[in-house]
Amino acid sequence: MKQMSKLVLGLALGGLVTSAALAQELTGTLKKIKDTGAVTMGVRESSGGLSFTTGDGKFAGFHVALCERVLGDVQKQLKLAKLDIKYQPVTSQNRIPLMQNGTVDIECGSTTNNAARQKDVSFAVTTFVEEVRIAVKANSGITSIGQLNGKNVATTTGTTSVQHLRKHERGAGVNFNEVYGKDHADSFLLLESGRADAFVMDGQILAGNIAKAKNPADFKIVGETLSVEPISIMIRKDDPAFKKAVDDSLKAMMKSGEMGKVYDKWFMQPIPPANKPIGLAASEATKAAWANPNDKPMEDYAKK
Amino acid sequence: MSAWDWQVFCKNTLDGSVVAGCFGSGGDITYFDWLLSAWGWTLSVSILALVVALLLGSVMGILRTTPSRGLVLLGNAWTELFRNIPLLVQIFLWYHVVPALIPPLRAVPSFILVVLGLGLFTSARISEQVRAGIQSLSRGQRMAGLAMGFTLPQTYRYVLLPMAFRIVIPPLTSESMNIIKNSSVAFAVSISELTLFALQAQEETSRGIEIYLAVTGLYFISAFAINRFMLWLEGHLRVPGMIGGGK
Repeated sequence: MKQMSKLVLGLALGGLVTSAALAQELTGTLKKIKDTGAVTMGVRESSGGLSFTTGDGKFAGFHVALCERVLGDVQKQLKLAKLDIKYQPVTSQNRIPLMQNGTVDIECGSTTNNAARQKDVSFAVTTFVEEVRIAVKANSGITSIGQLNGKNVATTTGTTSVQHLRKHERGAGVNFNEVYGKDHADSFLLLESGRADAFVMDGQILAGNIAKAKNPADFKIVGETLSVEPISIMIRKDDPAFKKAVDDSLKAMMKSGEMGKVYDKWFMQPIPPANKPIGLAASEATKAAWANPNDKPMEDYAKK
Repeated sequence: MSAWDWQVFCKNTLDGSVVAGCFGSGGDITYFDWLLSAWGWTLSVSILALVVALLLGSVMGILRTTPSRGLVLLGNAWTELFRNIPLLVQIFLWYHVVPALIPPLRAVPSFILVVLGLGLFTSARISEQVRAGIQSLSRGQRMAGLAMGFTLPQTYRYVLLPMAFRIVIPPLTSESMNIIKNSSVAFAVSISELTLFALQAQEETSRGIEIYLAVTGLYFISAFAINRFMLWLEGHLRVPGMIGGGK
């Protein structure tokens, strides 16, 4: 009897030791995924070709596709037989709090990697470099920001484009009225209906909206690039193991050329819901980010 | 979010540097300047819309209690039309659809459109309250007024309305406070009011909690000020012995 209890004690101790060893190996998000067999992906309802809904609670897009591959690699790494991916729509207002409180584990939307956000969250290597541009009506004759003097310029509430616009306004001595749409579709409607003479926004969103317009030939993207922003997959701060897993998976795709193929699928081929292509080839800046994977914030791009 | 960062309001909206004294100068503005201007827009939209709503709502409410069938029908149609369409949809109809049908309206600034949209929506609700106030009076009051030799407008002016309006001050208070809160739909048509400020500033500064707390506080103060004013008005106008007026 005494021996029996010793044996039980021994087994129990042994168990403690092994689980402690496992816990040391796996921490943070990886441990959470391993323990629950599930992961929650933060997605956007309408972020151009990067992340959007196709209805019925289904989500698709360049970043969503990349994340699905990354999570596939994570599943292999953790040797999980099954990994349940849950999709949680987020907005630009709630994505950072939801990441911090653990509601979402990986955010695959259109989040700009900047220094202010790096205080709260962490970013994977940059997968897409966005250029803020101007869309105008093709027959308007506007070709640069200097010609916007006295015009109405639309942009979307809750985006950083307004800030760039404001800086340029002061810098160039150009005076224009800001008109805010409540979302990208609304801002585009302002341009279409003539309430605004230009729409300033991320290039891929402009290209996507033009592609979906009744008559795409009526619009064109013109002028200088107002700002360059690295768009990255967002993960929790201080979780080096998970960051490494995500980065390694992305870097492998960049190296193998897989990244370019996924990009092609979402930006050059017809995509739902309208079954029209966005038609935006990967920019030089995006290609450079793939060639030299990095997670530098937007501020480093501005210095160049 | 770790510590509070109330300095965010003193930041310049151009480059995010903290400005001493919190007020921008020489054409530059801080988030605090912007917050105050946004508050001003919220109050302007609300107060002008309230004026529109009180005028039109009272007229329509009165029409619905007149003996004329045509006028009652007009008042009812008005009320049901503006009461049964969601506010945001009405605002979009005024902003995007109506100007597409009537081109001259395109030149009308969105501020005017949103004041009208919010005012008409609220007028339907006020019309219902004014009607209820008038109908809560006993029928004898109207008959007595007419029997005294007053014309119908005179009966309304000197007999019915003084009592009816005193009765409906409490629901009108709620409506006036609602209009402050409903004015947040104006952000959808590019009025730079508190809600638009909150959406935009929290994105630019990444300090959403501070921004939203400040905006919440200003909405509360605005609505509560109306509440206090109406309470004062109610007490001030009370007539001892009149219906609902005993002290």
